[in-house]
Amino acid sequence: MKVNKDFLMKYKSVLGLIVFSVIMAFVNDRFLTLSNVLNIFRQTSINAIIAAGMTFVILTGGIDLSVGSIVAITGAVVAALIAGGMNVVLAVLIGLITGLLAGAVNGIIINKGKVQPFIATLAIMTLLRGATLVFTKGKPISIGYEKNAEIFNKIGAGYFLGIPIPIYILVAVFIAAYYILKHTRLGRYTYAIGGNEEASKLSGINTQRIKTYIYAISGVLAALAGIIITARLSSAQPTAGSGYELDAIAAVVLGGTSLAGGVGSVIGTVVGALIIGVLSNALNLMNVTSYYQLMAKGIVILIAVLLDRKDR
Amino acid sequence: MKKILEMKNISKEFPGVKALSGVNLTIYHGEVMALLGENGAGKSTLMKILTGVYQKTAGEIYLNGKLVKFNSINDSQKAKIGIIHQELNLIPNLTIAENIFLGREPINTFKKIDWNKLYSEADQLLDLLNMKISSKELVINLSIGQRQMVEIAKTLSLDAQIIIMDEPTDALTDKETESLFKVIRSLRSQGKSIVYISHRLEEIFQICDRATILRDGQFIEEKEVKDLDQNEIIEKMVGRKISEQFPTVKVKKGNVALEVNGLTNKFVKNVSFKLQQGEILGIAGLMGSGRTELAKTICGAIKKESGEILIEGERVNISSTQEAIKKGINYVSEDRKKDGLVLGLSVKENMSLSSLKEFTNQFSKIDSIEEEKVVDYYIKSINIKTPSKNQLIKNLSGGNQQKVCISKSLMCKPKILILDEPTRGIDVGAKKEIYDLINNLKKEGLSIIMISSEITEILGMSDRILVMHEGRISGELPENEATQETIMSYAVGIKEEK
Ligand SMILES: Nc1ncnc2c1ncn2[C@@H]1O[C@H](COP(=O)(O)OP(=O)(O)OP(=O)(O)O)[C@@H](O)[C@H]1O
Ligand SMILES: [Mg+2]
Repeated sequence: MKVNKDFLMKYKSVLGLIVFSVIMAFVNDRFLTLSNVLNIFRQTSINAIIAAGMTFVILTGGIDLSVGSIVAITGAVVAALIAGGMNVVLAVLIGLITGLLAGAVNGIIINKGKVQPFIATLAIMTLLRGATLVFTKGKPISIGYEKNAEIFNKIGAGYFLGIPIPIYILVAVFIAAYYILKHTRLGRYTYAIGGNEEASKLSGINTQRIKTYIYAISGVLAALAGIIITARLSSAQPTAGSGYELDAIAAVVLGGTSLAGGVGSVIGTVVGALIIGVLSNALNLMNVTSYYQLMAKGIVILIAVLLDRKDR
Repeated sequence: MKKILEMKNISKEFPGVKALSGVNLTIYHGEVMALLGENGAGKSTLMKILTGVYQKTAGEIYLNGKLVKFNSINDSQKAKIGIIHQELNLIPNLTIAENIFLGREPINTFKKIDWNKLYSEADQLLDLLNMKISSKELVINLSIGQRQMVEIAKTLSLDAQIIIMDEPTDALTDKETESLFKVIRSLRSQGKSIVYISHRLEEIFQICDRATILRDGQFIEEKEVKDLDQNEIIEKMVGRKISEQFPTVKVKKGNVALEVNGLTNKFVKNVSFKLQQGEILGIAGLMGSGRTELAKTICGAIKKESGEILIEGERVNISSTQEAIKKGINYVSEDRKKDGLVLGLSVKENMSLSSLKEFTNQFSKIDSIEEEKVVDYYIKSINIKTPSKNQLIKNLSGGNQQKVCISKSLMCKPKILILDEPTRGIDVGAKKEIYDLINNLKKEGLSIIMISSEITEILGMSDRILVMHEGRISGELPENEATQETIMSYAVGIKEEK
């Protein structure tokens, strides 16, 4: 009996996801169709990619509020480059570097300026949102209709073997994130810093450098998400990505990663992102308006966090 | 003698570990009961069961003859049982007084905290413990020893009838220990009962009336201290005879490995010394004399203002622990919970934390097979008691945690090893193992600095002894001139070399 209970608690988010999906499959016959399932994954991919980066940050005991703004600025930059006729690979690369730099700046402010992650990334979030509005003059930037725009559009809207491209990107990101956390020094140090930063430092870990890497990873992944969105919509919206930081944090927390740092996994984060994705998809299928959807999301997060609390 | 509390046939199982099986403990009115056993014998676990922190798997607890059950530390506090945990639990950014009365602050009729009363009562408690410090001081500014005294004051303020002290002198200076003993004696004469856990056996004879001995989670015996001698205790704890504690190991000393010239900052003043290969340099001194700060300055954790450090004759610039480790200097901290361990990680992950580079291939993948091989080697060779290398470090007993800390440094293959209180909280058997280990390292040509407050240990192990007083080196003693008295007189600053 006891073993059973431990098992239930450990895998409660996965179990919750499965139970909810099974119920939905019975309630609505459109839910368990191939196209809908692919749809769920595609819609989830944006949040999940950002959340993968957020997992690293939260594992070190930090937080990154700037991801939503990084989505927007990257989207705007890349859209402008594509519209200007630039080669897709080059434009995407520049977009990713934009995110990397923004993330690294977060890391440097936190480390060298000794500023709390919450405050540092809040400032960068505001600054980058402003920068995006200035850059776009508050209007959407279309990627245009040239050949390169057509290719670029595939990143967000294309299919390969019947499966949307963003899903491949998501899978690649998660394999990489899992591998880094589980099998590399960077991953081990991420957990160590979140668990006890002082001891990590005295153990000879360059904690500042590692943290800068971590925020840079978060920035790159947010940029990647920004590129996918822009590609899919064929244009960059100045308000793109607002509120995404909270969805990403929600996915990480639903996945069982502790905000205090040191404990958690990226697999949990996928599950967390899928819970959010499945929930909004289900509510959409049942024609629930987005206002109620928000309320439902809030309630699910609350339940998950309360369950987690009993865990300890 | 009147029994006030009896624990009968207590068993406790953790997943994969049988920590206690059928243990008895009786607490007598107005007596000090020693609870003895090796690291991991189950002493702390037994006390956590008594105070309701853990729930027992089997057995009964009788308080004044009545069967009781404590579901939480609250329950045991209500029954007037107080505990000073081995791991300190103070809030660093509050004052001493706020910590002592946390959750029980005196308030006036308008629910406002009565600060005057809070601080005056706290000051009285500190006075009782002979602590010359204001209770308005923030805990963050205190040494570990002082924090320990604050914990003791906190328990005293609870007016407990039974007071459990889990290795209270672990981090205390001799003077502080003496004040603590005074307090214990006066508590005893007031009819209070004390359970006293310590690995310093000489203390048992000074302060305890009876002793209960555990081994591997089993009850061995309860006896009056006057009918016991040290060897008998050790034998019962360890289950075998232990050979001489400090065998003399003669090693031909090599070149100068480390030279420190005029090292100065806020904590240390103009410190100079040399350390040879194959030498153990002991650093003695009182708590707060700057020994730890000296070590941390050498290994780059604290900035130096002036002075120079030479490794094998070459001037080096060390500005972080990372560089120190790269240059072959490794430091094992005195405060394992704060500076040594990542409690949420496993034994393996903690041990390899400093040397992880050695186990990564060109694709920065950790070679876990190689990593586990080395971790297993250390677990075996210095006898770390853990059900598995993947056990969380926080579930290990204090002494075994300490061994993991030392292994972590050894895994970096250092040239110079600085050990700060290396045997704090370690039992006699394991101490001997650690001493043998240190001697073996010396034989391999390692240079070792050993900071310790245990004078017997300093005397027994060191080839040469430096004594520190207020951030300076007040004396240097070759092995044959060092005695307890000379060390003490340099340590308190009565004597100073010029
Ligand atoms: N929460 C826990 N989960 C799993 N095992 C535990 C836990 N707490 C203690 N143990 C195990 O129980 C045994 C007894 O540990 P305990 O801390 O009581 O030893 P101790 O006698 O106090 O040792 P020390 O002198 O080193 O403090 C050890 O083997 C330890 O690893
Ligand atoms: Mg203990």
